[in-house]
Amino acid sequence: MRRVVVTGLGMVSPLACGVEESWKRILDGQSGAGLITRFDASAVTTKYACEVPRGDGSDGTFNPDDWMPAKEQRKVDDFIVYAMSAAEQAVKDSGWMPEDTESLERTGVLIGSGIGGLGTIADTAVLLKERGPRRVSPFFIPGSLINLISGQVSIKYGFKGPNHSVVTACSTGAHAIGDAARLIQWEDADVMIAGGAEAAICEIGIAGFNACKALSTKRADDPQSASRPYDEDRDGFVMGEGAGVVVLEEYEHAKARGAKIYAEVLGYGLSGDAYHITAPSENGEGGERAMRNALKRAGLQPDAIDYINAHGTSTMADVIELGAVERLLGNAAGKATMSSTKSSTGHLLGAAGAIEAIFSILAIRDQVAPPTINLDTPAAETPLSLAANEAQPREINIALSNSFGFGGTNASLIMGKV
Amino acid sequence: MSDIADRVKKIVVEHLGVEEDKVAENASFIDDLGADSLDTVELVMAFEEEFGIEIPDDAAETIQTFGDAVKFITEAS
Repeated sequence: MRRVVVTGLGMVSPLACGVEESWKRILDGQSGAGLITRFDASAVTTKYACEVPRGDGSDGTFNPDDWMPAKEQRKVDDFIVYAMSAAEQAVKDSGWMPEDTESLERTGVLIGSGIGGLGTIADTAVLLKERGPRRVSPFFIPGSLINLISGQVSIKYGFKGPNHSVVTACSTGAHAIGDAARLIQWEDADVMIAGGAEAAICEIGIAGFNACKALSTKRADDPQSASRPYDEDRDGFVMGEGAGVVVLEEYEHAKARGAKIYAEVLGYGLSGDAYHITAPSENGEGGERAMRNALKRAGLQPDAIDYINAHGTSTMADVIELGAVERLLGNAAGKATMSSTKSSTGHLLGAAGAIEAIFSILAIRDQVAPPTINLDTPAAETPLSLAANEAQPREINIALSNSFGFGGTNASLIMGKV
Repeated sequence: MSDIADRVKKIVVEHLGVEEDKVAENASFIDDLGADSLDTVELVMAFEEEFGIEIPDDAAETIQTFGDAVKFITEAS
């Protein structure tokens, strides 16, 4: 089977615009949470979220004008703007900007989103109701559709290979990277631009997740302490937004052009819970099977895993995942480190799996496990190190990243040092 | 230039992101000003909004240039 490596990274996160700046702030133990500024949150229960910091582009702020002309931004929802930024960062980082027909036809795009243009859909529905159908913009549909990220990226760079997308709630980013890697393995493409994006911090998004009882509600006085995976006082996830995109490349292809290789995608496992629309299966057996399937693909034993970037959303489900990982690792649990970077970024839904794959890759590169911040009183005893509140320098050759989504959809990625 | 022409030009400049001096009497939205078919739909909607008129679809199809737009709107308003 052809080997797949990662040669480019791009990110817009609630910590910063940019991979290195986001990573630095993660290792510093910073939080991207704050009171909601994107809309008037006085009517919704949860009044805080992890918003992408907007500004003039300096000091890690996100300036949409740096990534898309203003007249094009008007035609698309924010999830597409975030993704265009992350894709441009990743493509530039990889140095893969071919002009010949064959190379362009062998380069594809597979970027997904959990919900797509939710805010735009809500606003347009109001417009429709108040002013009638003739006021609906011709850009409403193409600006809201999830696969239009892949469409926009392909148009910008001329990438004419497989053009695909993924919609699997909070597993989207991981599924996108895993599926894209398989397209390279099966020779449908030599290079794939893959990842996920989300921009659901809008009134209907917060109201919807509040109704599901999924969001943290109790920490408006100190939003930065609200995302606290594994902590006894956690009370739900904090909604994040942004995008993560990687450039995946067939190993020999990357080597031949002298590309910088971050890591190899060694394994990818999928499973379904067949249990409940929002809750994970009992004991996390669905997640466990996804991890085992990924290990099987990688041809590795569980004790090979050094670092696990957990799904760990700061909900009741954290300890269920913890139990599944403990069963998977068995006696090796005591030597692995598992952390949830959602403690810093909040939960980016469809982008989560993508930014967390990137953090796992950087953990391998820099030989450091990022911290789980706000972990003051662990909700369960565990032999695993959870990197509570401090980054943990350690040997990391193999990293596993978990993503579990509503509907019982699970994905695990295993990345390794090359 | 008439008040209507000024207002039409402002909309065209904003929506298509073109320089004002490119918006000449016979400038075609698609051939000269870089619009695609969706842009022209949005332009017509913006004209309707600005001038409080309704431009039926078959009439909209005849509005190809800046001059066409000014002429149609002048007659309609």
